[in-house]
Amino acid sequence: METVWYCLIAAMIAVYVLLDGFDLGAGIVHLVVAKSDAERRQVLRTIGSVWDGNEVWLLAAGGTLYFAFPALYASGFSGFYLPLMIVLWLLVFRGISIEFRNHVESPVWAPLWDAVFCFSSLLLAVFYGAALGNVVRGVPLDARGYFFEALWTDFRLGPETGILDWYTILVGLAAFFALAQHGALWLLVKTAGAVEERARRVARVVWWGVAALTVLVTWFTFRVQPQVPANLSGHRWGYVFPLLALAGLLAVRWFLERQSAAQNTAQTVAKNEGKAFLASCAYLLGMLASVVFGLYPYVLPARGNPAYALTVHNAKASDYGLRIGLVWWTIGMALVTAYFVFLYRHFAGKVVAGTDREGY
Amino acid sequence: MDDALAIHRLHFAFTVTFHYLFPQLTMGLALLLVIFKTLALRTEDEHYNRATRFWARIFGINFALGVVTGIPLEFQFGTNWAEFSRAAGGVIGQTLAMEGVFSFFLESSFLGLFLFGEKRLGPRWHWFAGFMVFLGSWISGYLIVATDAWMQHPVGYTLGPRGEILLADFWALLLNPWALWQYAHNMTGAVITACFVVAAVGAFYLLSGRYEPYGQTFLRVAVTVGAVATILQLFPTGDAQGQMVARHQPVTLAAMEGLFETQRGAPLVILGQPDVAKRRLDNPLVVPRVLSFLSYRRWAAEVQGLDHFPEQDWPDKIPLLYYSYHVMVGLGTMFIAVMLTAAVLLWRRKLYAFRPMLWVLMLCLPLPYIANTAGWITAEVGRQPWLIHRLLRTQSGVSPLVSAGNAWFTLIGFMGLYMVLGILFLFLVYREIELGPEPLTAAHAAMDAHD
Ligand code: HDD
Ligand code: HEM
Ligand code: HEM
Repeated sequence: METVWYCLIAAMIAVYVLLDGFDLGAGIVHLVVAKSDAERRQVLRTIGSVWDGNEVWLLAAGGTLYFAFPALYASGFSGFYLPLMIVLWLLVFRGISIEFRNHVESPVWAPLWDAVFCFSSLLLAVFYGAALGNVVRGVPLDARGYFFEALWTDFRLGPETGILDWYTILVGLAAFFALAQHGALWLLVKTAGAVEERARRVARVVWWGVAALTVLVTWFTFRVQPQVPANLSGHRWGYVFPLLALAGLLAVRWFLERQSAAQNTAQTVAKNEGKAFLASCAYLLGMLASVVFGLYPYVLPARGNPAYALTVHNAKASDYGLRIGLVWWTIGMALVTAYFVFLYRHFAGKVVAGTDREGY
Repeated sequence: MDDALAIHRLHFAFTVTFHYLFPQLTMGLALLLVIFKTLALRTEDEHYNRATRFWARIFGINFALGVVTGIPLEFQFGTNWAEFSRAAGGVIGQTLAMEGVFSFFLESSFLGLFLFGEKRLGPRWHWFAGFMVFLGSWISGYLIVATDAWMQHPVGYTLGPRGEILLADFWALLLNPWALWQYAHNMTGAVITACFVVAAVGAFYLLSGRYEPYGQTFLRVAVTVGAVATILQLFPTGDAQGQMVARHQPVTLAAMEGLFETQRGAPLVILGQPDVAKRRLDNPLVVPRVLSFLSYRRWAAEVQGLDHFPEQDWPDKIPLLYYSYHVMVGLGTMFIAVMLTAAVLLWRRKLYAFRPMLWVLMLCLPLPYIANTAGWITAEVGRQPWLIHRLLRTQSGVSPLVSAGNAWFTLIGFMGLYMVLGILFLFLVYREIELGPEPLTAAHAAMDAHD
């Protein structure tokens, strides 16, 4: 039962990364791909009516984690106290920058919120990556199952680690590039005109960063967390996950190149854009699934004494609660899928730059 | 340690109080929006559609703040109250996770459609989108109140071998009797806030001689709904809440009422300042026997005073508890008077021209916010020294390794951030009110003609 919940929560987090990932990514590339006020508005309109729904996946995943693995929630959240609070502040800034930007017309107001939107998205991507890095690397849990990490210590993987060390910074950078690519590809699908062109250029450059960091992070992860290679060699079918990531990464390049191989009809361009975005989804999914597969049964590995680690078995809630949760969770997710299909259908299609002032 | 505990409590109190300033309007206004939209559908009059859009714009700003201030709360259970989360997460995590899955998704998906999809959806589907937003916010309210109610009155659990609290009966948790009354009372409180806000804007328009047809519509709807809601707030919901407290948390009742000694035929205190050190009330103004009647429905019933309970079980901030309770009840009584007077004037067709009443309605704007906040402070401070009533003391629920310094750092961070948010909110809402419901500017015209 706890393994089922481990997978379900991982799946919710993955959906969060895929969905909020593109609007975070759009934020990261915002200042680069959109220059004029009309273009900035165009970028915001592609995410305006969906970003809040996307962010709810984070909340829902958090809530689900809370009831399924309360000990993990308690330990992880209090141990990562400082970075989580900073993430919260960034989420606040990001939310209001999207919502408030277009309420006032003034040469000062909009550029301010554009910058806030860009920097908060950028820092969030890095922090999410660093958070993942921390979980993979493990934390100094004590006998009661608690720890507290400073933001940084000496940036080494010593006995007293900080949130930021060279490994987690590396993962943070990888997340930054991966989401920038994801966002640029989203804009490729959702916009037309100058923004689309710039997004394509950005995506092509950023891809190299994604590729390089993927290799580096994978290499170091195998050394930093021995559970990952152990799981892979124990269950060889697990290689499908890294392979999915690799295939996704290569496919992104392939569809990007096909697209710029000039003189395509408008229709094939649109098709390739959609495929490039899906390939990026596959890449992100593959990377996350590899981590999830590689860490099991740990949910929070311990540095120091491995016996203190939190696993799906010692962090779970009562079996009764987990069983009953499965019932309402299934019903709820069916409803949520319906809303999202309806929502994305309703706002389907490209958004063109214009001077009309719809919502965002 | 003690020091850190105080900061963690202040941290949660500050962030949750600020958060609740927004959802109370969200939930109440969602109901009024459905009413405006229904009027628009039934009369096919563009006037009501404009009224709906005007309030929908304010709703949007308010909602954005509700969302961004709500997210930190969910995190804080883990960050600041780790021992509490470890002990009880398996139970209250259920309702919290359900809130995300069943209501936040619903609200956030349909709000986008409601705000930006009017043309494409057509009137009926647009009404439906509005209704779903209303439903989402009211389900959300229930699930969070059920979470809090479980902390006030834990039910449906068993204790595990290591003292952890395990869920034993899902439906008992969901249908906690405490939650049902608390919800009813809390939601009428939210409707009251929305009615006073809508009425205040209506009165402002009439007093300043602008958008008068809208001012009249706002007043008519708000005063009609408000008159009903203010009465429901006292009876049956407030009264029932009081009886729940009397039955399940008698020491809280004694502290709320400033009753230091156990008495038969206990009086109801109207005014007076509790002096905890001397165990008495200064300058008392009391109505004899009423407290006994209200709590137990018998004039001579014995009501246990604080002296009946060991001091370690007393709420630790008795004066705060006492005052917030009296502020809530005092304001509640006043709201009934204001809304009923306005309703009579409305019925006699005198309200729109009777300026003193318009002034009163306009100036009442902040009061329901104060009443709702005071109500929650009563509930939460009254629960002390327990975090989960009779199961877990507040001092045992805190995160063991988060130091006072780090908690101060983030508390100050939130204070600064929320100050900025508050200023932005007031600025943007005031601007919308100034721009008014008519599509005057290009921005509004385009919004009306969206898609
Ligand atoms: C507009 C807001 C408002 C108004 C006018 C009132 N209340 Fe209230 N009250 C609330 C808003 C509120 C609340 C915010 O909704 C609370 C806080 C916790 C809760 O469940 O509801 C609450 C709690 C609350 C409690 C529970 C305290 C506890 O749990 O320890 C009682 C006994 C009352 N109320 C009683 C009353 C009475 C007799 C009122 C007389 C008119 C009244 N309230 C007016
Ligand atoms: C929105 C209305 C609410 C307000 C204004 C409010 C207010 C407060 C206040 C003033 C405190 C500090 C009490 C003290 O330390 O003496 C507090 C504590 C707390 N409240 Fe609430 N509360 C609200 C709703 C909730 C809800 C819905 C929950 C649960 C889901 C909740 C959970 C807690 C927790 C966990 C604490 C910290 C522990 C404690 O000090 O008891 N609150 N709240
Ligand atoms: C009386 C207490 C509370 C009520 C009635 C309430 C109700 C609501 C409502 C109706 C919303 C919808 C958006 C808006 O507010 O504008 C909301 C947002 C939110 N609330 Fe509260 N809330 C309360 C306290 C809390 C507490 C204690 C938590 C922490 C667990 C919390 C977590 C959230 C979150 C995470 C959101 C954002 C949801 C989104 O993204 O749509 N709320 N709340």
